[in-house]
Amino acid sequence: MTGVVVVSAGLSVPSSTRLLADQLGTAVERAVSARGAAVEVEHVELRPLAHSLADSMLSGFASGDLAAAIAKVARADALVAVTPVFAAPCSGLFKTFFDVLEQGVLDGRPVLVAATAGTARHSLVLDHALRPLFAYLHAVVVPTGVFAASEDFAGSDGALTKRIERAAAELAALLPGGAETAGAERGPRRDLVEDRFAAPVDFEQLLREAGGDSIR
Amino acid sequence: MQIGIFSVGDVTADPTTGRTPSEHERIKAQVAIAKKAEDIGLDVFATGEHHNPPFIASNPTATLAYIGAQTERIVLSTATTLITTTDPVLIAEDYAKIQHLLDGRVDLMMGRGNTGPVYPWFGKDIRQGINLAIENYALLRRLWSEDVVSWEGRFRTPLQGYTSTPRPLDGVAPFVWHGSIRSPEIAEQAAYYGDGFFHNHIFWPASHTAQMVGLYRQRWEHYGHGPADTAIVGLGGQFFMRRNSQDAVDEFRPYFDNAPVYGHGPSLEDFTAQTPLTVGSPQQVLERTLSFREYAGDYQRQLFLLDHAGLPLKTVLEQLDLLGEILPEMRKGFAEGRPSHVPDAPTHASLVAAATAAEAAIAGGEES
Repeated sequence: MTGVVVVSAGLSVPSSTRLLADQLGTAVERAVSARGAAVEVEHVELRPLAHSLADSMLSGFASGDLAAAIAKVARADALVAVTPVFAAPCSGLFKTFFDVLEQGVLDGRPVLVAATAGTARHSLVLDHALRPLFAYLHAVVVPTGVFAASEDFAGSDGALTKRIERAAAELAALLPGGAETAGAERGPRRDLVEDRFAAPVDFEQLLREAGGDSIR
Repeated sequence: MQIGIFSVGDVTADPTTGRTPSEHERIKAQVAIAKKAEDIGLDVFATGEHHNPPFIASNPTATLAYIGAQTERIVLSTATTLITTTDPVLIAEDYAKIQHLLDGRVDLMMGRGNTGPVYPWFGKDIRQGINLAIENYALLRRLWSEDVVSWEGRFRTPLQGYTSTPRPLDGVAPFVWHGSIRSPEIAEQAAYYGDGFFHNHIFWPASHTAQMVGLYRQRWEHYGHGPADTAIVGLGGQFFMRRNSQDAVDEFRPYFDNAPVYGHGPSLEDFTAQTPLTVGSPQQVLERTLSFREYAGDYQRQLFLLDHAGLPLKTVLEQLDLLGEILPEMRKGFAEGRPSHVPDAPTHASLVAAATAAEAAIAGGEES
């Protein structure tokens, strides 16, 4: 079963960000199924986690629903990340979620980036804010990003739908079960704290490394 | 079971009055708190070490020696000694010295406990925190166990034929704990050497403490020191109590809400649910503390943090009075159901006895 998590950071209920997230989720589900893989799409909305995110920044640990959301993202085979734009780059709430993720969690993970804004003049947010963010997190961002301004939702030319379908197909192609990558393993992952608990490094090795040229 | 307190020595404004104690007041308060800890029958007082404001926790051995001169019985320790930025040669000398002065009434807890800017003041780099902790401690052990040491490593100048003085009291180094919140390497280090492992416990959820302690216990057994449940575990804890639990909540809330570490973050209610912090009646503190064993196993040392977040000295001393009242029940509770093979925390006397027994065994082996 391929697991896809759609993270969205809209604030109003309903928000155009969630609307776009829903369309992307459905498109990804269709695209992955079309390639013959069983798929489950889950949504993580950040609005109800806003207080927990602030707490987590200050206390250093996540709990409750936020911990569950982080675990969901960590387990996902692919991510769809959708942010609203208020003052130029991605929203603070959206960024905070990725700030509290442990380093390495998204290593090698396919990600589809998307954004909504009140004006098309924010459209470079995908390339100037989201791609650098996910590059830093070592994720693999699909070539097509989906940006939707207010006029896109009103448009009747189907351009937004086309972009959604195209981006979803690109994401599906990076997932196991896709024709080109059938049986492919996910890329190498960084060493997470959980992994180090499961398989501790022997102290003799730590001693050798300490005197060598490692950084730890 | 050892029960005690630890102090990080923060100088914090009392949020209810806006008054910040002077460094002098805070330094003297720490001494008064340590003496009170002995008065109410606690076993351990530990001080932190920091080299930056708003702390008065530099030069911990002077503090411990001064307290030691005014107390009779209480074990003096650290929480923590900065093994990363302090020269292990100085640690070896300083702690052997107070070990003599205090007739063995001293042990240490190693920690990295520093923020990024502090490291360069001591010529170090925080990215090497784990490697520094590993190499420096390996050297420290040799300085205490070998009379003449020649050593070459990565982080300090080499030593040729160096003897650290004074030699440890009775030829036995102070017992060492290793403290870490979330680095498995440090639990591994403690297990490898058969040293104690202390989990700060107070900032993170119990599930995390359980994971760290579990790893340490498992690796203790792996390295052949005995069954996992004989490993030497210490836990932090924090409480605020009043006879009436609602009074405790009302009085502590402003201190919690403005505390330097977690203030302006989670609510008092969330934080008490998520971490070991207990704010309530003495009975609630007693029950919560005794429940730590459910996920950490039977352990050896429980240290509470009481003097923090701007709480005035008078309040801290009242907290100690209340702790003194429940102390007999707490000791009884910890003893209940504790398997007889679970050891107590090592003391100077027990380490000397063990060393003597080991020597006798070797001598006996040679004779036969």
